[in-house]
Amino acid sequence: MSMKKKTFLMTAVTFAVVIAAFIICQVLIENKLMSRALRGQLIPICCYIVMAVSLNLTVGISGELSLGHAGFMSIGAFSGIVLAAWLKARFPELSDLARLLMAIVCGGLFSGVAGVLIGVPVLRLRGDYLAIVTLAFGEIIRNILNLVYFSLEGATLHASFNQPVLPGKFVYNGPAGAQGVTKIATFEVGFALVLFTLLVVFNLVNSRSGRAIKAIRDNRIAAESVGINVTKYKMMAFVISAVLAGMAGALFGLNYSTLQASKFNVDASIQVLVFVVLGGLGSILGSVISATVLYVLPEMLREFAQYRMLIYAVILILVMVLGNNPTLRGIVNRVGESLRGKNRKGDKAA
Amino acid sequence: MSEPIKHRSTTKMVPYPSESIVPERDLGKTPVLETRHLGIDFGGLKAVEDFNLTIGRTEIAGLIGPNGAGKTTVFNLLTKVYEPTTGTVLINGRDTKGMNIVQASHLGIARTFQNIRLFSNMTVEENVRVGLHNQVKYDMFTGILRLPRYWKQEKKQHEQALELLSLFDMQSLADEVSGSLPYGMQRRLEIVRALATNPSLLLLDEPAAGMNPHETEELMETIARIRDQFQIAILLIEHDMSLVMGVCEGICVLNFGKVIAKGTADEIQSNPLVIEAYLGKRKEANA
Ligand SMILES: Nc1ncnc2c1ncn2[C@@H]1O[C@H](COP(=O)(O)OP(=O)(O)OP(=O)(O)O)[C@@H](O)[C@H]1O
Ligand SMILES: [Mg+2]
Repeated sequence: MSMKKKTFLMTAVTFAVVIAAFIICQVLIENKLMSRALRGQLIPICCYIVMAVSLNLTVGISGELSLGHAGFMSIGAFSGIVLAAWLKARFPELSDLARLLMAIVCGGLFSGVAGVLIGVPVLRLRGDYLAIVTLAFGEIIRNILNLVYFSLEGATLHASFNQPVLPGKFVYNGPAGAQGVTKIATFEVGFALVLFTLLVVFNLVNSRSGRAIKAIRDNRIAAESVGINVTKYKMMAFVISAVLAGMAGALFGLNYSTLQASKFNVDASIQVLVFVVLGGLGSILGSVISATVLYVLPEMLREFAQYRMLIYAVILILVMVLGNNPTLRGIVNRVGESLRGKNRKGDKAA
Repeated sequence: MSEPIKHRSTTKMVPYPSESIVPERDLGKTPVLETRHLGIDFGGLKAVEDFNLTIGRTEIAGLIGPNGAGKTTVFNLLTKVYEPTTGTVLINGRDTKGMNIVQASHLGIARTFQNIRLFSNMTVEENVRVGLHNQVKYDMFTGILRLPRYWKQEKKQHEQALELLSLFDMQSLADEVSGSLPYGMQRRLEIVRALATNPSLLLLDEPAAGMNPHETEELMETIARIRDQFQIAILLIEHDMSLVMGVCEGICVLNFGKVIAKGTADEIQSNPLVIEAYLGKRKEANA
């Protein structure tokens, strides 16, 4: 099969899987066949799919390591929460859906601005500086979020830094985080956000800009020698990735009545990175599946939740060892080939 | 397209200021490339020194010399991979001082690499399309939203990519992953990708490496055809003397970073300094 057909097929399969999963979930919910626990995970799953796919754009497709993806998510979450609360006070006639969508757009914008601020100085440099800087960014943003306060007095939004004295009712209260959030996130919007993300990423990858991004990843000097502006296209991938993470964050934030910045720590960033690596760098469908499975499993097996990071570490090490060990890789390849060979014979017989 | 240029043996080479020669037909026009006293130090090692070269608008020129003479370093200086320690590089009359690789590319210089640098996870056609990056354009939003212009420009890119691939009869390989191609095909693809940038000067670093005599012969014809069809200048580094002597009009010989001879194929072949440089090398190798 040609590469082009394969690419097209992969895109079609990815959308089919996501849409089918959505329909199945809806049917299960309608017929009350889904447990409460799992139903509660649907929106976070959508968020983490968007997180994984968007991080894959930076790490897998653009080839830059980012260790602060949860930082972008937190910016989206808290800007979305504050905007939604303010909108409710200022424009009470607005529907929940309208507020949710505006909050998601707002989360994407704020996160995108943060992406630009980080990308402009860092992506000009040669070398793996992005990993270090995004790691620091995730920590810094978390600490800043512990020091900011927002309150609503009627429809007036008050903000302060390092001063927990504000008139009215707190919307965001420093270390205590967001409180009294109206849960307006819906599974339908989550599903729509996943589709939107897939559309943006697939269309980008199969366009002139996407090819420039991949070319830089494959060979920077060759890309420069055909006249490609490396910084511009690295920025493009990184900022789009940040915007999508911010949107996922806003949806995530509006799914809980309280939320603290401490939820978006390094572990959270690494967790998303694990989804991407295990799903396969550059493989969008892989990110979708691994984000779903790896997010649901520990949540379902509550008693093992504390071992989650340990299990991740073990799996990650196994994948690295397997990926770099020629003997093991040979065995995996042979098994894969013989399986594929059998399929081909089966095809012929049919 | 103008008439094909006559065979090199009939090309009359004439002196050009800055100790160089260009084909007589290119004399009235700004040369595509002019270097003056070009040099670079690598921590004391003078890899290239006082390098002066002028290339006419439609010239096929050769850069030869024993291993380690500094040929690839000259390419890296011309394409701004390195900033020269001394001297100047003019591309189409424009000084490239302080420019980077991308800016040099915009001036009309394109190259292939001795150690092949393809976008190896991308298909053959995608590699050429990346070469067309600044030729067939549309912006990011047009691409993400798939506006009508996206489809129009994609079609144009596809057609141009296939036309360029047809230079080497490679259209049927368009959907192959470039990294899985045989070595010789990868070298040809690099030439196609460089040509896609619509250069006025094409630099080829050992294009015939790893090819058999028959393939080398074919490559020689294609190089001449590319020059005739696109009316561009080509500077090539090559160890295969049959190719160099067969297709190059002006030849420049480097040894230990210095130019030891310049002239037509016949002049170079009979130059005692050149013979010594190559024979000297062979003696060392035998010892
Ligand atoms: N970046 C660098 N740093 C230090 N020394 C270098 C560098 N690049 C090249 N050199 C040295 O400069 C000299 C010329 O190298 P260059 O690659 O230009 O030779 P060449 O003529 O292309 O040889 P070959 O025919 O083997 O390709 C060599 O001694 C090489 O070791
Ligand atoms: Mg070389």
